[in-house]
Amino acid sequence: MCAMSPSRVLSEVYGQAECVRNSYLKSFSDQIVADIYGNAEQITKHVLSKKESQRISFDLTIDNLVTSKWFGYPLMILLLVGVFWLTIEGANFPSELLATVLFAFQDQLTLWFQWAGAPNWVHGVLVLGVYRTLAWVIAVMLPPMAIFFPLFTLLEDSGYLPRIAFNLDHIFKRAKACGKQSLTMCMGFGCNAAGVTSCRIIDSPRERLIAILTNNFVPCNGRFPTLIAITSIFIGGAIASYSGLINALVISTIILLGVAVTLSVSWILSMTILKGEPSSLVLELPSYRRPKIGAVIYRSMLDRTLFVLRRSIIVAAPAGAVIWILANVYIGDQNILSAVAHILNPFGQLIGLDGFILMAFILGLPANEIVLPILIMSYLSTGSLQDYSSLEELRNVLVSNGWTWLTAINVMLFSLLHWPCATTLLTTYKETGSKKWVFLSFLIPTLIGFTACFIFTQVVQFFGLV
Amino acid sequence: MRDAERINSLSDLSLGSDCQIVSLELSGLLRRRILDLGIVPGTLIRCIRRGPSGDPTAYMVRGTLIALRSEDAAQIFVRKLSNGEECV
Amino acid sequence: MILSAEKKNNQFTVALAGNPNVGKSTIFNALTGLHQHTGNWPGKTVDNAQGIYEHQKKSFLIVDLPGTYSLLAHTVEEQIARDYLCFANPDVTVVVLDATCLERNLNLALQVFEITSKVIVCLNLMDEATKKDLVIDVPSLERELGVPVVATAARQGKGLFELRKKIFQVASGSLQPSPRQIKYSSDVENALKELLPLVENIANNTLSPRWIALRLLDGDQSFLRSLSNYLDIDQASFQFQDWEESKCAQ
Ligand SMILES: Nc1nc2c(ncn2[C@@H]2O[C@H](COP(=O)(O)OP(=O)(O)OP(=O)(O)O)[C@@H](O)[C@H]2O)c(=O)[nH]1
Ligand SMILES: [Mg+2]
Repeated sequence: MCAMSPSRVLSEVYGQAECVRNSYLKSFSDQIVADIYGNAEQITKHVLSKKESQRISFDLTIDNLVTSKWFGYPLMILLLVGVFWLTIEGANFPSELLATVLFAFQDQLTLWFQWAGAPNWVHGVLVLGVYRTLAWVIAVMLPPMAIFFPLFTLLEDSGYLPRIAFNLDHIFKRAKACGKQSLTMCMGFGCNAAGVTSCRIIDSPRERLIAILTNNFVPCNGRFPTLIAITSIFIGGAIASYSGLINALVISTIILLGVAVTLSVSWILSMTILKGEPSSLVLELPSYRRPKIGAVIYRSMLDRTLFVLRRSIIVAAPAGAVIWILANVYIGDQNILSAVAHILNPFGQLIGLDGFILMAFILGLPANEIVLPILIMSYLSTGSLQDYSSLEELRNVLVSNGWTWLTAINVMLFSLLHWPCATTLLTTYKETGSKKWVFLSFLIPTLIGFTACFIFTQVVQFFGLV
Repeated sequence: MRDAERINSLSDLSLGSDCQIVSLELSGLLRRRILDLGIVPGTLIRCIRRGPSGDPTAYMVRGTLIALRSEDAAQIFVRKLSNGEECV
Repeated sequence: MILSAEKKNNQFTVALAGNPNVGKSTIFNALTGLHQHTGNWPGKTVDNAQGIYEHQKKSFLIVDLPGTYSLLAHTVEEQIARDYLCFANPDVTVVVLDATCLERNLNLALQVFEITSKVIVCLNLMDEATKKDLVIDVPSLERELGVPVVATAARQGKGLFELRKKIFQVASGSLQPSPRQIKYSSDVENALKELLPLVENIANNTLSPRWIALRLLDGDQSFLRSLSNYLDIDQASFQFQDWEESKCAQ
């Protein structure tokens, strides 16, 4: 092979191989696989012995229930509600505790700053900006995230997720997509970026793109604490008894709405820019394994907490500083924050939000978990309510800024249906390698979000319900 | 032989029945994927359960549970085994 | 990028291959002390991960490959795994098998055996196999396969020391496995005989000619593309440049 380049040699050999291949009648590729399995069978026969098994029937029994015609779907919904109920109830106490401790410490910090004689603006940026935002993220966002994730990991470790895909495949097939999309949606609960990456398990490129473009309709770990906080204030809070369960039902409804939107968008994409017929599904249903409960809970709680803390420090802390500065730099007699919110306001009002909310969503592009903290910060730093020490007062902050139940629902709708966070967009770019799909993954949810909020608001206002 | 008349497609198999793969009339990636999972001519396979709407069906192949859509299973041809023959 | 992982002097590289959901990431975590995500569904790991551990004062770079059902490369993940095993030349390849469905898992192991002889079989999920009343005769499996077989229950940490030891022995050359080669049916073997002389002088010893001939019979285009890339580029500077591309293009 001295004179010729290796690839020339290769292509020649390839040509000769083709001749050899054609000189036989059989398809070699099939024969090769069959032969390998033949060998594997022989080996297995020699080394494996089986006693009459009890365990398989255990798997069968669970599957009979989990995939049954009557219980399959209710069980899925029950699990969804159950997981969120546990999350909401479980997060209540730590949230209160963290809020109390962190805001008490803020006062201490302020004292120390005064004692050190730090200038006002240093105290403002570091304590009222950075620290307070961090405190909000940790008190309101962290507990639900740190409780949901272990629960979800337990489900994942048990082997239940592939059964969801099994149960839902025919619905996805009708939307001309793949049942494995439901697995990627499950991953989306943890983080949409992870959800987008997991779309690689879908073999058909068309169906994979559909899954990538719609992953954002699953509220990720950074978004459902916002949903939980708002439901607790405006819906569960209004009904005193069973508020935890009611909140869980509301969240589940929102998630089911997200699923409905996912299916419709998948179908529309399949009829338009990603035209095609559903391909195939080859799904392995692994046997159930009992998770190591203690280890899973410990590990995933720690993981999630560290993950959130790291992200908070990278994203929330700078955002807090920026918000404080914007709220305290004046142009004329209006600070920049209010000025921007003022510009956005007409637009926000049209869809039942306000300028501050819209701005919080825009500033929340780097990470969804900072949307609510930013919003609270902007209300606090511009409104009349300056001080704040417990979670109950959150309602007052919002109401005094003109929130009604309509605003609350619109915020939840918009949180479910708006652009993906920056990390997700970046991941989408990595996975698809094309700016066009990134742009679409931004545009589709955004358009749907605006439209949904607009229609809902106009209808409610038309009938004078607010 | 009676074998010829007992050739069915995999999708026609009733729950709990055993059969042996005769041929795969699939093409492309799906064919390779299914071969790789050990569904090759001669393999014994048992129909285990159907999804809630009756569509994907799970089959026991070589000790693993594999779900296939009925359109795809319809392209896989099998010979039904009489009760005497054992499966998986 | 993982596939072009810089191998330091004195460091052994170890590849973890296996079917999806057999516990590769769990083993990876147990060996390295890292926290790769694991989960009971096929396809949890789609990204590669690498980590380092020490054994007998030697450093081992371990790569968690995506789970695949075969190396005949019909999907991107399979292609990544195959290209890594073929061209990156890991010092040891650990094939992780699910003891509860041995037959299906051996399919992949036998394919790996055709590529490299520096193989260890890790028979994982032994606890699950016991629960299912499956009894595997490990010494006789070892004889059948011709490679060291280590029985483990990775989540319980069982058998991992033995695994480390075997990895060390194979990497340092003190243990030389001779993996069982697949016996094909006569048609395939005959065709192979015709092809082998043509193939013999293509790849410079690193790749088994038989494996190349098999891929030619298979008509596997993607492998030939990878191979010609590999041959054109000087081996030392070899990197999987088109990996990112191929990932998306398919
Ligand atoms: N009972 C038991 N469970 C195990 C063992 N090893 C791993 N598992 C569990 O098996 C599941 C799959 O493990 P992973 O490590 O994610 O498998 P993987 O091979 O990396 O899977 P992919 O990334 O999908 O290819 C997890 O839920 C583990 O907790 C074991 O030895 N015994
Ligand atoms: Mg893994």
